[in-house]
Amino acid sequence: MSQPDDSAILSRPRYGTLSPIEASFHLFCADDEGGQAIVELAQDVPANFFDSAEIIYVNSQPALNSKTLAALEQLNCPRMYTGPTIHAALPRLSTSISRMRMNSQIYISGSESMLGLATMTAMQANIDHQALQTEHRGSLARRVQCVHCKGITEQVTTQPASCEHCGLLLLVRDHYSRRAAAFQGVNINAEDPSEIPAKEEVFT
Amino acid sequence: MATKACDLPFRKETFRDDFTFRNSPETIKRAPFPFDKDSYMYAVNMELHKDGRAGTAFENPFDVDEHYVAEMQDRALVLNEDPLRCQSLPHMKLAGWDVLELLMTHKASSYPEWFSLTRDGNQWHWINRPMGIDQKFTFGDETTLPYEPLEYITRQAQGDFCVLDERDGNLWMDAGIVTTQADWSLDFDIGMNFFEWHAPVPLAHEKGIFTRALKYLLTIQQGNPARRLNWTMTVNPRLDTSPENYHVWGPENIQITPENVGEKLFLRIELQSFWRLPRSNAMLFPIRCYLLSMQDLSTVPKWATRMHRVLQTLPPEIASYKGLDGYRDIAIEWLSQFDNGAPTSSGSYPD
Repeated sequence: MSQPDDSAILSRPRYGTLSPIEASFHLFCADDEGGQAIVELAQDVPANFFDSAEIIYVNSQPALNSKTLAALEQLNCPRMYTGPTIHAALPRLSTSISRMRMNSQIYISGSESMLGLATMTAMQANIDHQALQTEHRGSLARRVQCVHCKGITEQVTTQPASCEHCGLLLLVRDHYSRRAAAFQGVNINAEDPSEIPAKEEVFT
Repeated sequence: MATKACDLPFRKETFRDDFTFRNSPETIKRAPFPFDKDSYMYAVNMELHKDGRAGTAFENPFDVDEHYVAEMQDRALVLNEDPLRCQSLPHMKLAGWDVLELLMTHKASSYPEWFSLTRDGNQWHWINRPMGIDQKFTFGDETTLPYEPLEYITRQAQGDFCVLDERDGNLWMDAGIVTTQADWSLDFDIGMNFFEWHAPVPLAHEKGIFTRALKYLLTIQQGNPARRLNWTMTVNPRLDTSPENYHVWGPENIQITPENVGEKLFLRIELQSFWRLPRSNAMLFPIRCYLLSMQDLSTVPKWATRMHRVLQTLPPEIASYKGLDGYRDIAIEWLSQFDNGAPTSSGSYPD
């Protein structure tokens, strides 16, 4: 599993390791391999920790996640949601965040897209991104915003990548906007459109 | 107080398509040439922005020159095509009124023959003669203006304007109008902090430039604005070199030849200033752009010589970041005719 490059530029998000914080309510949001980060955190928490918690789990690859899902269910969290995709889970996440009281903690773990979209959702509820706990697990596929047409292409794994909206071939930069939950894509062959660099799989 | 620039008529010209932009000889000589020596490296080159030298772009806090009306027409075209070039996060409304007040009061006092501001409590009357604007409005009530205050006044002021909120010991790009930019996107960068929006700049982070620059900026107080100069190069006198339109103007980057470099390649100077705003405590960060063709530079021998030497010795990472790779060698060759190898005088003003 590859990790974000430590030498990457300063707008590129950096992620940590989830650790339990004393709070009256804990909201967990994870996708696929990110569920395992919750399972590992659960090994070292006070009794009844998950009694006042909610887990939002995106299980996009049920065949691969059966053990993780079973382990999450064993935590006996009173609120446990399982959904098929990140986008399907976001309305649930947004509602859960809006109902949180003071002294709550949000934990996000999983793919780069999960971390980005859940952070964006929390920020839209006026929560400071610095107050969130994040841990990367799984895919480094990127959400990329085309700077030209503003369309966002999901699950980008190649460099360069094609914008699925306007079709321009994009250099995927490390420059990242938390508000858009996206990396910036800039036309790679603007000066000479006849030059077409080969795509390589780099964000996996 | 009439300046030399005030005596000039405003030029009718374009910054796109047929590119009829030209500098008069007077405008060339008053440009804020960005190199004070024969080489260039990133530095925290801040100084106070006051008591400007007569006959220079520093003479007045917000410089107005012969390109004023045409630049404002170009801004209006950009905003019609892409309204996302002007944005404000919701908490920046008060700062917008601060900006309006700062620009109106300075313009009226620097150029009374062109601008006038009459205030009776919150009832304000603004006249902008070069643009034919006569507007009565209630300060603080945006329903009395045709645009929100930041957009209203910066549609009447040359240069881009970023408004930075200060919190957590950092500056946040939370509002702005950006139509004459050197290849960065307000729409993408809005909401970022000082280090994040500068993230793509090479070498300067490692040198600690941004940490020191931020420390300096946070100490700026009302009434004591600061400034620095930055630069890049642009093919054709195009103000709107946005990343949004890079696929449109990018092909021009490889159209420079030894025959056209003198008139088609421009030194693009940014006069950046920094102003603490009174009500919001935000920081106004105007980025005013000056364009000088290589031909323009050659009319000031010291500048042509120095430009030649700066380009020759520029670190390759900086040249690439600034997008100069397509024409740097051609420019060096053309400028070499103005460099006899003799030392240049100190400072950046013409001899």
